[in-house]
Amino acid sequence: MQEVKEYTPLIVAFCCNWCSYAGADLAGSSRLSYPANVKIIRVPCSCRVNPMFILKAFQRGADGVIMCGCHPGDCHYTSGNYYARRRMSLLFSMLDYMGIERERTRVEWVSAAEGAKFANVMNEFAKTINELGENKRLEDLRCK
Amino acid sequence: MQRIGVFVCWCGSNIAATVDVERVAEAVKSEPGVVFSTQYQYMCSENGQQLIRQAIKEHNLTGVVVCSCSPRMHEATFRKTAESAGINPYMVEIANIREQVSWIHKDIEEGTEKAIILARTAIAKVNLNAPLTAGETKVTKRALVIGGGIAGIQSALDIAEAGYEVDIVETKPTIGGRMAQLDKTFPTLDCAACILTPKMVDVAQNEKITLYTYSEIEDVKGFVGNFSVKIRKKARYINEDACTGCGVCMNACPSKKGLNEFNQGLNNRPAIYIPFAQAIPNIAVIDPQQCLKIKNGKCGLCAMKCPSNAIDYTQTDEIVEREYGAIVVATGYKTIDLDKFGEYAYNESKDVVTSLELERLMNAAGPTKGTLLRPSDGEHPHDITFIQCVGSRDTSGCGKPYCSKICCMYTAKHAMLIREKYPDVKVHIFYIDVRTPGKNYDEFYRRAAEQYGVDYIKGMVGKVYPQPNGKLLVQGSDLINNEQVLIESDMVVLATAIEPEPSVRRIATLLTTSIDTNNFLTEAHAKLRPVESPTAGIFLSGVCQGPKDIPETVSQASACAAKVIGLLAKNTLKGNACVAGPDESMCNGCSVCANVCPYGAITYVDKEFRLGGGKTETRRVSQVNQAICQGCGACTVACPSGAMDLKGFANKQIMAEVEAICKR
Amino acid sequence: MEDKYLLSDVKRYSGTDTSACMRCGKCSGRCPAYNDMDIKPHQFVTLIERGDIEKLMQSKSIWTCLSCMACVERCPRNVAPAQVIEAVRDAVVRQQYANKIKAEDIPAKIDETIPQQLLVSAFRKYNK
Repeated sequence: MQEVKEYTPLIVAFCCNWCSYAGADLAGSSRLSYPANVKIIRVPCSCRVNPMFILKAFQRGADGVIMCGCHPGDCHYTSGNYYARRRMSLLFSMLDYMGIERERTRVEWVSAAEGAKFANVMNEFAKTINELGENKRLEDLRCK
Repeated sequence: MQRIGVFVCWCGSNIAATVDVERVAEAVKSEPGVVFSTQYQYMCSENGQQLIRQAIKEHNLTGVVVCSCSPRMHEATFRKTAESAGINPYMVEIANIREQVSWIHKDIEEGTEKAIILARTAIAKVNLNAPLTAGETKVTKRALVIGGGIAGIQSALDIAEAGYEVDIVETKPTIGGRMAQLDKTFPTLDCAACILTPKMVDVAQNEKITLYTYSEIEDVKGFVGNFSVKIRKKARYINEDACTGCGVCMNACPSKKGLNEFNQGLNNRPAIYIPFAQAIPNIAVIDPQQCLKIKNGKCGLCAMKCPSNAIDYTQTDEIVEREYGAIVVATGYKTIDLDKFGEYAYNESKDVVTSLELERLMNAAGPTKGTLLRPSDGEHPHDITFIQCVGSRDTSGCGKPYCSKICCMYTAKHAMLIREKYPDVKVHIFYIDVRTPGKNYDEFYRRAAEQYGVDYIKGMVGKVYPQPNGKLLVQGSDLINNEQVLIESDMVVLATAIEPEPSVRRIATLLTTSIDTNNFLTEAHAKLRPVESPTAGIFLSGVCQGPKDIPETVSQASACAAKVIGLLAKNTLKGNACVAGPDESMCNGCSVCANVCPYGAITYVDKEFRLGGGKTETRRVSQVNQAICQGCGACTVACPSGAMDLKGFANKQIMAEVEAICKR
Repeated sequence: MEDKYLLSDVKRYSGTDTSACMRCGKCSGRCPAYNDMDIKPHQFVTLIERGDIEKLMQSKSIWTCLSCMACVERCPRNVAPAQVIEAVRDAVVRQQYANKIKAEDIPAKIDETIPQQLLVSAFRKYNK
């Protein structure tokens, strides 16, 4: 019999190196707290986020996935975030169809100067996921 | 299997106060691949780095994980440390336990747990890391300047000054550009020719500078440091080495009805001509559309008269192929077509002229030898009306939405010059706003209004009526006095909007650099990288990037040259190590990756693959130019067959990170 | 109708974005009826921007504007002053159908010989 753990949601955040990761750093150096269950993965650009990564996260039991990139027009690679935006809107509507609530997935534009926004977004997102509860739909129990 | 060392940093109390660093170091010991783990107060200090170096040697480490501050802070530091200890710098990963843990969480339990997970994530990634080396490419130490106006001349002179070879390609038969056409220049009123022609001579005499006039860019291949450019030298029908520029041919030519482009078509020139007296190079050129010999084979007078036997009617275009390390675009501007502005009667009356035409009408080398005369009857004008913002700031679709920037100043200049030379001439200027920011600029404009008695009227002209008596009736509004004014003028001068030289579109396509909706070339960053284009190795000089006057153009041209010199000073260019690359066995050559690449780094080649049993097949596969790839990863996600991957941020690595984070 | 609705309606009916105006005055520069106008075409645009609708509705210009659309044709910013004038004119015309007779004035006006039917229809016609 497995030990029953208290539920704390697991949130995976993909942050682009140039804006959002720097925004997260700024949130850190400004001591703006956000929940510890938000874990950040650094990618060069939001367009590097393969939909497979997000599916994998859900498969492995993530309760929410958020992708952060540079504001439209500010991409370090000129157009990467536009690609990301299109890909994600397709992926999220597919996930919605598969029963993963729309609120569990999110795209946010956070610039390197928006530490406060980063913390706010993470707090708010964590709160939403907390209310939604555990994600069971795509989770592969064999991976537990 | 990797041999990984984990180094947990205290960052003084920055990390150690909220993260139990010892527990972190202890917890990761059982992770796959980890053979060593320790913690230290300041990993970035010399002692800390020494600790890492020592551990690498002692434990034969192949990978390093540093749990410390943000990788944006010290990733480079630790990569160097690892490199100095003999392992590849890209075998280092950072777990950010300061900005992402200790600084934002207060609970030690919570912080330590998160730090352990982040450390595990980094370990999972390092397990899949591979040594990477940034590609190096040689830099061809020669620059190409496209356009021989003041922008191109200044850039070329500055680059040559630094000791590098420069080629200038100019479509016209002479360099000099628009500035050569101007009469005087604001705000000091020196004559344009007096300050420009010495520079043109410098260009001609500079050993480092090669001129390709009457030439066009045919094709551009390659990338930063290694451009290969085909230049089409159009047939001049003149032996350049023989021609002395004596001008005998121009008098001999019977076909004198060509429009003189240098004088904005205000007078005619022969079919064989030298654009203007100080042209560089001072060599004649034959207009093949106009030359009777070339068109019908009947004439040949110029060849008979030429004292140096320089004329060759059989000459054909020549293609020159040259290598360059950097390219400067300095294509300049033209005034817009006024066909859509019927209200100003530009096409109806010869006495309605553009400001550029007025420059020629007032220039001592112009069609009237510098005496201002009405183009229609050659009479002295008594009343001249200037209209500003003709086609500028126009969102109706007839003109251009932007401010052309130079018109307020040159209109004030024209008004001042006319009042100075002909005090009997009344000058009116219709303006919407007078925009004269700049050193001594506003003073200049005020001088026109205050000292020279120029009549500035706030308002716009609604219509210009050519009158039967040859005069022009100008109907406009005077907004300050709230009345409609009617002025009978002898001449109307239109401050016509400027637009980028239309050929810039073609050039931008050849250079794979971006262009905005107004055909201005886009800079890499509007504020911080104003002279570089987003395409590496392409630089922007002058009006091709946005409207600007001569002082601004010259500063930008020199700034541009500085950037070029900085590039050419390098022997090799170190690329980005984290570049994309296809798994050729999976690539089917579908072109999706090339379509999403913002840098044009992807091309396709036909490659032969062995199938076994002695058979081979030829397939089209993608190829990433490592010198151009910036490593954004757009192609990796777009690739439908999953063949494309990004080094340093490979699919497998990020998947492993996701798994490590999600492991409860 | 209250003023603020009047203003927003006039703006809406004009079908043009007056905020794009850059105050060049080209509209007034071309207007053939300019001298017969107390408020000039460019002022229609600026006054609408300022919200001074009353002044425009009382102006003589709305009846002297020829609707030749020269100002619309000339405007470099795609603003249509003539359409603003038209919208103001329209608003004035609409108001002419407002109450002409107050209800309390009716009894005094009643004439024995007037058919009742006429009274009712007049009331219908002039009271909104």
